[in-house]
Amino acid sequence: MKIHKYDTVIVGAGGAGMRAAIEATKRSRTAVLTKLYPTRSHTGAAQGGMAAALANVEEDNWEWHTFDTVKGGDYLVDQDAAEILAKEAIDSVLDLEKMGLPFNRTPDGTIDQRRFGGHSRNHGEAPVRRSCYAADRTGHMILQTLYQNCVKEGVEFFNEFYVLDQLMTEVDGVRKSAGVVAYELATGEIHVFQAKAVIYASGGCGKFFKVTSNAHTLTGDGQAAVYRRGLPLEDMEFFQFHPTGIWRMGILLTEGARGEGGILRNKDGERFMEKYAPVMKDLASRDVVSRSIYTEIREGRGCGPEGDHVYLDLTHLPPEQLDAKLPDITEFARTYLGIEPYTDPIPIQPTAHYAMGGIPTNVQGEVLADNTTVVPGLYAAGEVACVSVHGANRLGTNSLLDINVFGRRAGIAAAEYSQKADFVELPENPESLVVEQIERLRNSTGNERVAELRRELQETMDANVMVFRTEQTIKTAVEKIAELRERYKNVAIQDKGKRFNTDLLEAVELGNLLDLAEVMAVSALARKESRGGHYREDYPNRDDVNFMRHTMAYREVGADGTESIRLDYKPVVQTRYQPMERKY
Amino acid sequence: MATPVLDKADATPEPGFADSPYITVTFRVRRFNPEVSAEATWQDFQLEIDPKERVLDGLHKIKWDLDGTLTFRRSCAHGICGSDAMRINGKNRLACKTLIKDINPEKPITIEPIKGLTVLKDLVVDMEPFFQAYRDVMPFLITKDTNEPTRERLQSAEDRERFDDTTKCILCAACTSSCPVFWNDGQYFGPAAIVNAHRFIFDSRDEAGEQRLEILNDRDGVWRCRTTFNCTDACPRGIEVTKAIAEVKRALITRRF
Ligand SMILES: Cc1cc2nc3c(=O)[nH]c(=O)nc-3n(C[C@H](O)[C@H](O)[C@H](O)COP(=O)(O)OP(=O)(O)OC[C@H]3O[C@@H](n4cnc5c(N)ncnc54)[C@H](O)[C@@H]3O)c2cc1C
Ligand code: SF4
Ligand code: FES
Repeated sequence: MKIHKYDTVIVGAGGAGMRAAIEATKRSRTAVLTKLYPTRSHTGAAQGGMAAALANVEEDNWEWHTFDTVKGGDYLVDQDAAEILAKEAIDSVLDLEKMGLPFNRTPDGTIDQRRFGGHSRNHGEAPVRRSCYAADRTGHMILQTLYQNCVKEGVEFFNEFYVLDQLMTEVDGVRKSAGVVAYELATGEIHVFQAKAVIYASGGCGKFFKVTSNAHTLTGDGQAAVYRRGLPLEDMEFFQFHPTGIWRMGILLTEGARGEGGILRNKDGERFMEKYAPVMKDLASRDVVSRSIYTEIREGRGCGPEGDHVYLDLTHLPPEQLDAKLPDITEFARTYLGIEPYTDPIPIQPTAHYAMGGIPTNVQGEVLADNTTVVPGLYAAGEVACVSVHGANRLGTNSLLDINVFGRRAGIAAAEYSQKADFVELPENPESLVVEQIERLRNSTGNERVAELRRELQETMDANVMVFRTEQTIKTAVEKIAELRERYKNVAIQDKGKRFNTDLLEAVELGNLLDLAEVMAVSALARKESRGGHYREDYPNRDDVNFMRHTMAYREVGADGTESIRLDYKPVVQTRYQPMERKY
Repeated sequence: MATPVLDKADATPEPGFADSPYITVTFRVRRFNPEVSAEATWQDFQLEIDPKERVLDGLHKIKWDLDGTLTFRRSCAHGICGSDAMRINGKNRLACKTLIKDINPEKPITIEPIKGLTVLKDLVVDMEPFFQAYRDVMPFLITKDTNEPTRERLQSAEDRERFDDTTKCILCAACTSSCPVFWNDGQYFGPAAIVNAHRFIFDSRDEAGEQRLEILNDRDGVWRCRTTFNCTDACPRGIEVTKAIAEVKRALITRRF
């Protein structure tokens, strides 16, 4: 075991982690631990754009953006945070441009902007061009630009280091963050990082679904590490299903495709979104469009021999426009489906995309131990966190914005904290939990296989807690997850070595997915209403009287060692906007 | 409101819809684990697979159902993160962007690590020298402080277009590890580093072109390139790598960029 000491440790080198690192490195001795090389992070897969009311191509302002964010999130958004997001969006885009990001340009040379779902002029009047973009590679450009600037600033990375545990020490009755424990992939060595401040920026957890736009590595490690140490997870029942994933594969085709004029059609060629969202049509918010697609499929208007998908039709758009604005996604259709988007519509289905919930933080990125108490020295930003700016449903282009605005804020806040704070003493045998976990998996002679359990988990999640949920389906999922968690105790791996043991780490990641899936299902069961991404067929309406509140899920361990989940609730911060019925 | 396009699609099964019976293929994989043996060996695996699946899906089938010790890097699974460049049937490709049907599944499919970088285990190589060369070309925008814009900096659409091709790089190393010059001399910057220098040299906003050109004028710089086009063939992002290198060479001679 090795012990390292840094002022600030950042877990994750995606957009949020690197944006934080650029700030933290300037102010404190900082280490970034990341399980992937920074440029492999899934921020690079983001396509469509980053929202900011620059008003470069038409009238716009940050107040409209705030409203759209609150409405898009079905009023579960904390409005003070949404206002910060929308206001700081403008500088955030300009900062990236200064760092070198090659945005697409207007004929005047300003940053070009395009339409995106749920973003409107004057509180829902009509779609507005608010998304700043670089073709359909915006996330790639953000990730590259941030990495380039990390190289410039001399940020210190520990690549292929998996953080597996969060260390907490009680000082005068207050639980503080003391550091993290990491596993080095290349050698199998355990590293303890003592740090005054830790920032989690470890991304989402979409891999508990089968059809997903998420990378294999998005397994919720950060959420799980913090949760296991008794800290809450907020709003985990809210997961976004993006309307346009490639049929059966889940690879994303950006909403920008509809922003450029693409149309969803059923098997009769009908532009069905006109029925469900007369004003915004194909550009209604994602939860609305995903439900509409499944309604079409259920009512027998789906396409293909099994009627299990619909079409994204780009054939009426000029090939030059597709080449200039959507080069990557049209190539995906060619590569993976053998379809030519110039002439043929693309089969699509909703795909599990984004975790609205996560580690609760305030607007400085400080992690909360309950509804109000801050955990000294602990921060989170990006998809792993829940500020909450996305509420029950995130608007497209608001996440690339979130990682930049709150990544920056968390980086500054954490470094300022570590400048004035002292190191907290490490707990005794800080590595013990991780060592125990790894040794158990390595020495297990059980008969369960990681891949099989993961497949069963993904199947039950797709079948029971996707776009439509009922008490019955969620209960089925809860029971199945409990069974899988039992069987997980007998999981064995084949690779017993130390060097690049990805067999072992997949087993660890599965454990994280199982924990988070359970939190998600249990939180969903208790929310007896429909709001944003959480749609209960048995409770089809939003219930502001009983459920205008955030879910806070805690792991409890009984005296006999049995684990359970305790749910609590936290009020939503409302400032300007009163909840209204959501129409698009 | 049926569009002609959709009528056509309904009449004939469109590509990607045809019934796809599973076929049996052999994956012949280069195995190496110094914890077990100092020698690398070939190992064959028989798989039942849909030919429309990716080589990466095949590797996952092996790892998940047959042999958990098989080791490779991967993340996004759709050609965006650059993790899984490998030599597939002798050619550098991304495993997640190569469909089984496109590489003649009748014969065994050979899979080896990319060349020119030290193999650490199975298909995993040491990427550090590759990233070091990248960092050496100063891959970040440099502007004189006095030119910091107060609000938005402008760039014409044409100027932006000038370096578009080289912004697409995902640092997968398929190009560099297909280059015979790089195989023979690991000191050579390699195509990927030059591609990333190009991305800044031809960016109208950047003011350090001269410095970057000097770095590439080095003994191990662009002049080592012998224009074999392997890199362009290998690039999964369709970047015209050889052309970018040629443009850098030309800029070195004319000092115009
Ligand atoms: C296909 C796709 C398209 C999208 N398009 C858009 C879009 O157009 N606009 C928009 O706003 N949003 C979009 N999103 C959402 C957005 O891209 C993501 O939510 C966002 O990029 C997440 O960034 P992040 O920094 O939080 O996490 P990531 O970029 O996922 O980074 C996570 C980091 O954490 C590290 N990590 C994870 N676990 C560990 C561990 N145990 N130890 C150490 N390190 C760890 C990883 O190595 C990685 O560096 C899209 C998402 C997807 C999947
Ligand atoms: S230029 Fe192409 S092949 Fe080379 S590293 Fe970049 S993406 Fe990979
Ligand atoms: S797994 Fe990301 S490029 Fe292949």
